[in-house]
Amino acid sequence: MSDTSLPTLPGDDVRQIMWRFSDRFDLQMAVQSARGVARGTVARLVADGVRNTHEWNDEKGKLLTAFDESGLTSLYMDVEQGGFIEGPKNMAMSLVAFELSWVDAGAATGSLAGNLALAPIHEKGTDEQRRFYMGKALPPQPGEDRVPWRGAFALTEPLPFVGVDTGVVGGKAKIADWPEGGEPVLQIDKRGRFITNMDFANFVTAAVDSDDERIKGTFMVILEETDPGTFDRGAPTLKLVHQLSSTRDPVFSQQVPASRIIGGYDVVDGVIVPKFNHSEVIASVFHRTRIPVGLMTAAKLLSAVEPVIRYQRSRFHGGEAGEGSPRYDLGLQVNEDVTHRLIDVWATGEAAASVGFEAARQADIFDPVEREKDRICAEQGLTGRKQMMALRKKEPEVLEYLDLLYTDEAERDAARFADLDADILVQFALGDARANIMNPAVKLWNTGHGATMMREAVALMGGYGTTEDCPGFLPQKWMDAQLEATYEGPEAVQRRHLTLGMTSRIFRHEVDLWIRELEAQAGDGYGAKSLAAGFKLWSWTTDYLQGHNDPDGKKLYHGKRQAVTFPLADAICWLLSARSLVQDSIELKTKGAENPVLAESLDAFSSFYADLCKLQAARAAGEVSRICADLVYGFQESADEADAAEFAALREAVDRSLAGTELARDRAADALTHIMIPEALDYPA
Amino acid sequence: MPTTYQIVVCGGIVPDPLQSLEPVMGPTGPALKNEMMLPSVLDPWAWHALFEAADLAKRHPGSKVWLVSMSPKAKLQQVMMGLAQKVPFELVVVDGPASGFADAVETAAALAGAIEGIPDLDRSKLLLFGGWQSASRGTGAVLQMIGEILGIDEQFQGVDKLTVDDSGGLEILERIEAGAWQKSRCAGAPAVLGWATGELPEPPNNPQIGMQNMRGIMPALQQAKPAALSGEGLSYDSVESPKQRRETRVETEMDADAIADEIAAWLKG
Repeated sequence: MSDTSLPTLPGDDVRQIMWRFSDRFDLQMAVQSARGVARGTVARLVADGVRNTHEWNDEKGKLLTAFDESGLTSLYMDVEQGGFIEGPKNMAMSLVAFELSWVDAGAATGSLAGNLALAPIHEKGTDEQRRFYMGKALPPQPGEDRVPWRGAFALTEPLPFVGVDTGVVGGKAKIADWPEGGEPVLQIDKRGRFITNMDFANFVTAAVDSDDERIKGTFMVILEETDPGTFDRGAPTLKLVHQLSSTRDPVFSQQVPASRIIGGYDVVDGVIVPKFNHSEVIASVFHRTRIPVGLMTAAKLLSAVEPVIRYQRSRFHGGEAGEGSPRYDLGLQVNEDVTHRLIDVWATGEAAASVGFEAARQADIFDPVEREKDRICAEQGLTGRKQMMALRKKEPEVLEYLDLLYTDEAERDAARFADLDADILVQFALGDARANIMNPAVKLWNTGHGATMMREAVALMGGYGTTEDCPGFLPQKWMDAQLEATYEGPEAVQRRHLTLGMTSRIFRHEVDLWIRELEAQAGDGYGAKSLAAGFKLWSWTTDYLQGHNDPDGKKLYHGKRQAVTFPLADAICWLLSARSLVQDSIELKTKGAENPVLAESLDAFSSFYADLCKLQAARAAGEVSRICADLVYGFQESADEADAAEFAALREAVDRSLAGTELARDRAADALTHIMIPEALDYPA
Repeated sequence: MPTTYQIVVCGGIVPDPLQSLEPVMGPTGPALKNEMMLPSVLDPWAWHALFEAADLAKRHPGSKVWLVSMSPKAKLQQVMMGLAQKVPFELVVVDGPASGFADAVETAAALAGAIEGIPDLDRSKLLLFGGWQSASRGTGAVLQMIGEILGIDEQFQGVDKLTVDDSGGLEILERIEAGAWQKSRCAGAPAVLGWATGELPEPPNNPQIGMQNMRGIMPALQQAKPAALSGEGLSYDSVESPKQRRETRVETEMDADAIADEIAAWLKG
C-alpha cells in the first residue's frame, strides 16, 4: 500500500534512479568510499577548525592518506593503471566531488586537483609518460613500500598573464642544451598563481610558451621537484575559502629533457614542434572538469536541507512550550515562510544536481566518441580547418539523427537510425554541440545561482548561520560557493562559451525537439508546460536578437555585445537545469516501481518531486520571460507591432502555464513539516 | 600443517543508528516507521565479527570467510556497496525481514539452513561468528540456536579476543559482569563465537577488494531465496522505543576525571 506523505529525505535508492547509476556498482562503491571520507576525516577536520589556517599542515595531510586508502586517489586511473573503474570517469569524479562537497568542497578540490595534474598526461601524454606518472601516482598496493607521487596542474599565472584568458601564457621555454644527435634539454621558467596541491606536489604539469626560435608555440611540460634548478613552492595563497586544499603561488626555473613535453614532439627543420599546443591539452582537460565543480555547489544546497529542518523544528525546545504542542514539535515550521523558502533551496539543489549529472553522463558517452573521432581524423589526415569542414558536412545527418532519436522507437526507421548511431563523426558533432552547452551551463548556473541560494540557506539558520558551529557548515559552504563560481573559468568565461554554443543549429534543433517532448509531458504535473513555453520564448527571442539591429544599426546578437548575449546565456541555463530535473523526476516515477525498497513510498516521492519540478520550471520560465522582455524591448525605442504581438503571446503562454504553481509550493512545504529526519547529522559539526 | 578455518559470519542489517526509529504496529505485526526508506548498516556487532573473521582468515592462509545474512535483499545490496570494500568475503543471502521482530527460532532455522547449503563447507573447520547482540532488537539467542541446530556445542558470547595457539587451540576472552573478562580455552573448531566489539578498527575502504567481492555478491543477491518465516506462535502486544532522553551539555572546561566522576555519580543514582 502506498503512502502519499513524504516519509524521509531521499536516499541512495532514489538518487541512483534519478541520476541513472542503479546498475553501476562501481560507481555506487565510489560513492560509499567518498561518503566515508567526507563524513569521517573531512568533517572532523572542519569541526576541529582546521580550515582556519592558510598553511598546509599534518592535520590536512590526513586527507591524502584518506583519499589513498579509500580508492579516491586511483579513481581517475584506468584498470590497467591500478584503478577500479572501467571506461570514462566523468560520472565517477562527479559523484565523488558531490559526496565530498556535501561536507567540504575544499577537500573535493584537493581530490580533483590530483586528477587534474594527471589529466594532461592521461588525455594527451605519450604511452611512456602515461605509464610512468600514473604508476608513480598510484597509492601503494598491499606489500609495497613506497610513497605515491602527488601532482599539481600549473596553468594560472600572476597578472597580467594566463587566468581568465588561457591564451596569454607568460611561462617560457628555451633550449638550454641540444647535444648532437641527443635529446634537447629545455630551460623552463614559469610562475604560478593559485596552484592547488603545491605544498606536496612531486611533479607539476605546466603550460609554457616558446621563447626560442628552435621551439614552436606553446605546450605543456612535466616538471619534477628534483629536476635541476629552482622548484620553489612559493607563498600560500591567502584564501578565505576551500582551506582544506593546498594552494600556493610557486616559481619554477628548471632544466628538463624535451621528452617531458606532454604528448611528445617532432623535430622539423631543426625546430622542436610539440605534438599538442597548450590550448589543445587544456581543452581536452577543462572540457569535463567544470562539471564536478558545478556539482560541488549542488551538493551544498542539498546538504542544507536536513540541518535547516532540524533547526526549524527544534528552535523552541527547552522553552516553555511543552512536548506535543505545535510550537515544540514544529518550531519555526508553524510559519509557512520558512518552509516555502527552504523548498526553493531544495528545488535549486535538485535542479543543479540533475543538470550536473546529466552533463557528466553525456561526457562519459562523449569521451570514447572523441577518441575515435581523433583516430579517424588522423587516419584521414583531417586536421584544423579540414576537420571542421568535414564535421560541418555532417550537420544534416546530425539533425536527421536527432529527429529519429526523438521519434518513438516503433515508428522510426531502425536501419537508418542504427547507421547514424554508428557514425562517429555524427555522434561527435552531436556530443560536441551538447557539451558546448551543458558543461558551461552547469558551471555557470549551479555555482552562480547556487551561491545566491546558499545565502538563503544560511539565512534560514538565523544568527546560527553566521557562526562557525552552524550545523552542516553552511556559512563555510556559502563562502566556498563563491570560489566555485570563479575557479576553472569564472562566470564570464562560461557565458562567452555559451554565447558561441547556443546558436549552433544542432543545439537549436534539439531545443525544438525538447519543446515537442515537453508539450507531450505537459499533463503529467511536472511543470513541463512552463518549460515548453519558456524554451519557445527563449528560441523566439534568440532568433529575434540574431535578426535585428539596434537603432544605430549595430547587431544585437554579437560576441562583443555582452549585455545581450550574457543574459540570454543565463536564461538558457535556467531552462536546462529545470528540464534535467523534470526528466530525472519522470525517470524516478517510471523506474522506481522496479525497486522494492521504494514500493511503499514511490507515490510520495513522485508527488513531491512533481511539485518541486513544477516550482522550478515556473521559476525558470519566469526568469526567462523577464530576461527576454528586457532584451526584446530594451534595445528599441519602440517595438514593432507584429513582433510585439508575437512576443506578447509567447509571454502570456508562460504566464498562463504558472497555474497551480503556488499550490505545488504549499504541498511541498507541507511535506517538510511531516518528513522524518535522522536524530542527528551523520557528521560532526 | 597450518590450521585453516572456514568462518561463517551471521549478520543482518539494521537502520543506521542515527535515524529516528519509531516502532509502529503494521498489518502483519510490529515494524519501524518508514523502515524501507531508512539507510541501513550491517548490525554493528556483526560488523565487528566480520572484521575479526577477515583478520583471522588473513593470519591463517587458506581460510575463507562467508557472510550469511537474512535481510531484504534490495536493502542489503545498498549496504554491500560500502561493506564489500572492507574485507574479502563470500555472501550468502536469505531474503527476509530485518526489523528485529521476526521470530528468533525461525530466523535461526533459516540461517542454519543457508549455512548447511554452502557447498563443500567443512564443518570440522567451521567457526560460526556473529554478534552477541543486535541493534535491531537483540534477543541474544539467534546465534546460539544456529549453533545448536548445526550441532556445535562449544559456544562463547561477548567475545573480545580470539587467540589461536600453535596447536590450533582457541583461547577466548569473553565479557562477563563488572567489566571483567573470562578466559576460556577449547581444542579448536568447530565453535560459535558471539562477538562484542573485538579489538580491530574499521578497515579503510579498498575498492579493489570491493570489485573482487562484487563478482560473487551480485549473483548471491539475485539468487537469494525468500526465508520461510511463518510468524506463527509469536505475537506482540505492543512495541515501543526505550524511554530515554538525549540530554546534551557542552562542557569545554571540565577535565576528563571530572566528567568521569559526574557520569559515575549519575549511574549510581
